[in-house]
Amino acid sequence: MLLIRCPYCEEERPELEFRNAGEAHIARPTNIAAESDDDFEKFFFIRANPKGVIYERWRHIHGCARFFNAVRDTVTDKFVMTYKAGEPKPAKLPGASK
Amino acid sequence: MAKAAKTKAAEASVERRPALAGRTLSAPGVKVEMLAPAERISLRAPQASLAALSKALDVTLPAQPKSSAAKDGRTALWLGPDEWLIIDEAGNDPLADCAKVTALHSAVGISHRNVGISVAGPAAAVTVNSGCPQDLSLEAFPVGAASRTILGKSEIVLLRTAEDSFRVECWRSFSDYVFTLLSEAASDAAN
Repeated sequence: MLLIRCPYCEEERPELEFRNAGEAHIARPTNIAAESDDDFEKFFFIRANPKGVIYERWRHIHGCARFFNAVRDTVTDKFVMTYKAGEPKPAKLPGASK
Repeated sequence: MAKAAKTKAAEASVERRPALAGRTLSAPGVKVEMLAPAERISLRAPQASLAALSKALDVTLPAQPKSSAAKDGRTALWLGPDEWLIIDEAGNDPLADCAKVTALHSAVGISHRNVGISVAGPAAAVTVNSGCPQDLSLEAFPVGAASRTILGKSEIVLLRTAEDSFRVECWRSFSDYVFTLLSEAASDAAN
C-alpha cells in the first residue's frame, strides 16, 4: 500500500484514506461569461496528462477531509512531494537533478 | 376504545432504540462491546474562536493533528485543522455550552448519528488493524491519539483510550457492519 504524506496531518497515511481530485493549478477565469469557446474548452476539458511528473489535487477524505496538492510521477506512481492547497507550485522538486 | 388505540400508537412512535444496544462479543484476548449512548457534537471553528470555545466547553480543543483532550467525561478529538468531535459521556450537553459562545463557530448535534464501540484487551490493536490500515503501534498511535480513518468499507473515528483499549465511533447505519467486522476480527485475533 502506498503511503501519502498529508500536509495537514503532518504524517504519512495509507492511500485508502485518500481520493484523487484531478489536476491542480487550474485557475477559473475571473470573467467566465466573456471567455471564448476555445478558451473555455481549454479551461474546462483539456488536461495535461503527462508521462512523468504531474501536479494533482488530492483529498484526505477519510482523515482530515482537506484538499491538498501532490506532485506525482505517472510512470513510477511515486509521490515526489505534497503541499497545502493554495500554495504555489514548488520551484524545485526534492531529488530533482537540476 | 378507538381513542385509546390512537394514543397507544402515538406513544410507540416516539420510542428511541439505540442501535445494537447491549451487544457484546468476548474472544480470547479481546472484548468488543457497544458503548452506552453519549452526547456528541461536530464542531467547526476558526483559530480565533478556539479560546472562547475551549472555555465554554471546559476542555482545551487540541491543535495537534491526531490528538485528543479529555476532562470530566468530555473528550475533544482533533479531526481536521478546523474540525473537532466532542463526546460527552457524563450526560451534559456540549451543544448548550457552545450556544453561549458569540465567537464564530458551527456546532451540530450528532448524538444519535454516531454509536460508540469499545474494543479492549491485549489483542485490541490487532483486531482494529484487521480493517484499519493505520499504524497502531504505541509509538505511532499513543494513548489519547484520535483520528478519522476507515475500517473495511466504513468510515470510523478511532480513539485510543488506553494501551490496550480503543473507542470506535461509526455512523449508526454502519454499526451492524462495523460490529460484525470487529467481531470476526476479534475471533481471528487470538489465532
